Amino acid sequence: MKMTVKIYTTPTCPWCKKTKEFLKKNNIDFENIDVSSDKEAQKEMKEKSGQLGVPVIDIDGDIIVGFDKDKLKEKLDID
Amino acid sequence: MLDVLIIGAGAAGITAAIYAARAELKFEIISKDVGGLTLWSPDIENYPGYHDLNGIELVEKFKEHMDQYDIKVKDDTVEKVEKKDNNFLVKTKEGREYETKTVIVCSGSSPRKLKVDGAEKYEGKGVAYCATCDGPLFKDKDVAVVGGGDSAVTSAQTLLKIANKIHIINRGDELTGRDKERIKKVKESDKVEIINNADTKEILGKDDFVNKLKYEKDGEEKTIDVEGIFVEIGHIRNTDMVKNLIKLNDKNEIIVDESGAASEKGVYAAGDVTSLPGKQTVIACGDGSRTLLTAFDYISKKGESDD
Repeated sequence: MKMTVKIYTTPTCPWCKKTKEFLKKNNIDFENIDVSSDKEAQKEMKEKSGQLGVPVIDIDGDIIVGFDKDKLKEKLDID
Repeated sequence: MLDVLIIGAGAAGITAAIYAARAELKFEIISKDVGGLTLWSPDIENYPGYHDLNGIELVEKFKEHMDQYDIKVKDDTVEKVEKKDNNFLVKTKEGREYETKTVIVCSGSSPRKLKVDGAEKYEGKGVAYCATCDGPLFKDKDVAVVGGGDSAVTSAQTLLKIANKIHIINRGDELTGRDKERIKKVKESDKVEIINNADTKEILGKDDFVNKLKYEKDGEEKTIDVEGIFVEIGHIRNTDMVKNLIKLNDKNEIIVDESGAASEKGVYAAGDVTSLPGKQTVIACGDGSRTLLTAFDYISKKGESDD
């Protein structure tokens, strides 16, 4: 089954970039949400994650905070 | 057997790797990220040749340069370096092991954590250690920067373009950063209030997010309303992997001589992790190049004596 992946980022954050590179490398489609320009999205991120820090990754409702490669691999079923 | 193993891929490690590739040495460069602290720099205005790049852009240039020599940074973390006969055994978090003739430690530093009530509880909930990354989340909000050195001033400068008001909570008598150009820009802004001789005491929150910062000045406690707190109170050196192998100073920095050599023959250090003054991208590059040249000479001589 295809998973829905959203990533909340700011344009200047190196770990956001690294997370996106990781997803691309593993051929995972994702929606990038820039929370620096979208206040509603920022609120959504805050509510979902309880965090004010980027990146936040939403995989079918499961929330990962920061570039946590092990967790990403587990949730996305990547070796 | 490798000639050189480079720990860390910040400015120092990348430069060492470029020199190693050009010297046709057998080497690996191991790091969990590429760019190190340079990545977090909002504006790099003092790197010759590139006066208007930010950290991410400069690191992109570094990567392009590495691509020229097909240098691949191994995505892993070195956990231990030990002596093995006349060489070294390097062990990583992901279980890799390397034997190498020399090691260049370019592992840099990590931000020092603020140790007051609430700082840990609200980390990622208003308390941040990277204005470049998390700054944009505080558009038109009131924030504080804790610290008074170059990093604190840099963070304040980043926040100038984003936040509504920036309080700089500084322990010292004045901002001590050496980049006077930057200090001037920060001081001149009417968004900035500098509070000197102030000791941060506590971070308070409401509904799980930061809403106040308490500090003490002249024996009096004061509280300000802020939603974001950017901590810039210095750095700790990442030297755990070599602490039992080579001499460190009281700041946990690797003691090196003028050639970049550490206390154990065959081990070198470059960039922010060394005991030398000046924690700058351009210095790290210079260090990386010097230590590789030193290591190269050592490897050549070692080759003759080993034969």
